[in-house]
Amino acid sequence: MIDALLAGLVGPYEFGFMRRALVGCLALSLSAPPLGVFLMLRRMSLMSEAMSHAILPGAAAGFLVAGLSLPAMTLGGLVAGLAVALLAGFVTRSTMLKEDASLAAFYLIALAGGVFLVSLRGSQVDLLHILFGSVLALDDDALRLIGGVSTVTLLALAALYRPLVMECVDPLYLRTVSRTGGPVHYAFLALVVMNLVAGFQALGTLLAVGLMLLPAITARFWASDLSGLIPVSMLVSVLASAIGLTVSYNAEIRLPTGPAIVLAAGVLYIVSMLIGPRGGLLRRLVRQRHLEA
Amino acid sequence: MSEAIRLHCLTLGYDRHPAVHHLDGAIAEGDLLALVGPNGAGKSTLLKGLVGEIPVLDGRIERGPAKAGIAYLPQAAEIDRGFPLSVLDLVAMGLWRRLGAWRSLGRGRAACEAAIAAVGLSGFEARPIGTLSGGQFQRALFARLIVQDARVILLDEPFTGIDARTVGDLIALIRGWHAQGRTVVAALHDFAQVRAHFPMTLLLAREPIAWGPTAAVLTPENLERARQLSEAWDETAAICRHDHDVHDHGQDHDHAAHASHDHHHGHAHGSQREAAE
Repeated sequence: MIDALLAGLVGPYEFGFMRRALVGCLALSLSAPPLGVFLMLRRMSLMSEAMSHAILPGAAAGFLVAGLSLPAMTLGGLVAGLAVALLAGFVTRSTMLKEDASLAAFYLIALAGGVFLVSLRGSQVDLLHILFGSVLALDDDALRLIGGVSTVTLLALAALYRPLVMECVDPLYLRTVSRTGGPVHYAFLALVVMNLVAGFQALGTLLAVGLMLLPAITARFWASDLSGLIPVSMLVSVLASAIGLTVSYNAEIRLPTGPAIVLAAGVLYIVSMLIGPRGGLLRRLVRQRHLEA
Repeated sequence: MSEAIRLHCLTLGYDRHPAVHHLDGAIAEGDLLALVGPNGAGKSTLLKGLVGEIPVLDGRIERGPAKAGIAYLPQAAEIDRGFPLSVLDLVAMGLWRRLGAWRSLGRGRAACEAAIAAVGLSGFEARPIGTLSGGQFQRALFARLIVQDARVILLDEPFTGIDARTVGDLIALIRGWHAQGRTVVAALHDFAQVRAHFPMTLLLAREPIAWGPTAAVLTPENLERARQLSEAWDETAAICRHDHDVHDHGQDHDHAAHASHDHHHGHAHGSQREAAE
C-alpha cells in the first residue's frame, strides 16, 4: 500500500521529462505568484488575463515566421506583451481612460490579430499548442529561459519592493515625493509580461495566468500582510505544480499536464476559501464571541 | 522675509477652462495661510498646481528654496485602505526622501514612532490601516506629514468629516509647524476656525478676491462677491484675451506691500472693475 503510494509519488520523476517539468514549474512558482499578489492587491487580477491574450499575436507572429520555434515565439510574445503593456500604461497616464479600459482595448486588438495570424498558416492543433503549452516537452533552452526569468523577477522585486508598495497604496503621494512611480509601474508590467511568456512555455498563454493568480488569491485566506502573502503564494504554487504533475502522470484517463496543475491550484483555492483562517467561509458559520475592546 | 512660493499670473484649470484665473502673489516663508472660497472656487486646484500634480495653463509658479520640500495632503487621498499595510509602514512612507528605495528604516523607526505618538495614535503602530476610523486615519496621515519634515505643507480640507476633538489636536499640530517656521497652506471652509487660527487668508472664487490678513479678507462684501463669482461657468467661453502687460504691477510689489493693502490682488486682475461695471 505504502509502496504503491510511494511509487505513485516518486515514480513519475524517474523520467527526465517529468523532472524537467517539475523544475520548470518550481522556478515559475517562485516568481509568478508574488507578482500575482501585487496584481490582486491592486485590483488588477484580470489585467494579467488580458496580458496573456496580448502575448498571443507575438507568439503567433514568431510561429508564422519560424514555425514551432521556441526563441522566435518567445521573442514575439515578449515584444507583443511589452508593447501592449506600455501602450496601455501610456494611454492611462496621458488620457482620461482608466487602466482597465485602455488595456481591454489593446488586448482585444492583439487577440484578434493573434488568432488571425495563427489561422493564416497553422492548423487547429498548433493553435491548441500555443494556447495550452507543453510542460512535458521543456527542453534545455526553455528551462534556461524559465530559470532566467524567475531569477530576474525575484531580483527586480527585491529592488523595487518599496516603491512598488507605495505605488500600490498611495500613488499620489509617491508622485509628490519622487518620479519613480511611472518607471516602477512599467517595470512591474514588464515583469508580468516576462513571467507570462515564461509560463506560456510550460502551461500555454491561458494557463500561465493560473499559476500567477490562483496561488496569490489563495494566500489571501491564510495571510494578512505582504510578508505572509508572498511566501504563502509561492508555497501554494509549488504544491499545485507537484500535485498537478503527479496526478496527471498517474491518472487513468488522459489528463493534460498544464490544466492539471492549474486545476490543482484551483482545488487548493477552493479548500482555502472554505477553511482558511482569514475570512474563510467555515469561519463565518461559527460566530465567535466578540472581545471586550 | 523671504518667499516660499511666488505665483506669476497663474492660471490653472481643466480642459482649458480656468479653475484658478490669473493669480498673482507670494506666500511668505513661515506663513500660516488659509485658502477659503465656495465649492468650485479653485482651492483644491491651486494646491494641486502648487504641488505639481496638474500642469499650469498659463503663468508660472516659482517654488524657491521649497522646491524639494513640499508636503501635500490631498482632500480625498487616493490611498487604498484595503491594502494590508500597518500604520507604522504608512507613516514610514514619509521618510522616502531620506531613505529612497533601499536604505533601511534604522533610526527612522524612532522618528515614526514619535510622530505616531504626537498625533495620539500610540499603540496603533501594528494595526492595518483598513481598521482605522476616519479620524484615526487622518491622524496617521498627519503623522506621515510630521515625518516628511517639509518646509512647506499644503493641506486640502484636512478637517472634513473629522470630530471636534481630533480637529483641535490637528490644529495644535499645525500651529506647532507654524511656530517652527514652516509654511502651511490649508484649504478650509470653517470661517470661525480660520479667524481663530490663521493669520493670513486668500479668498478665491476662481479669481482671487482678496489676499491678506484674515480680518481684512473675510468681510461680508468679499464673501458675497466670492459667492457670486464662483457660480459662473460658461461652457462656450471665449479664449481669454487677458493682457499680461496691463497688470504687471501685481508682480512688482513685495510681501510687505501686499500685507498692507490686501485687496491688491483682486485689483491686479481687474476683476473688481469688471464686477463694478
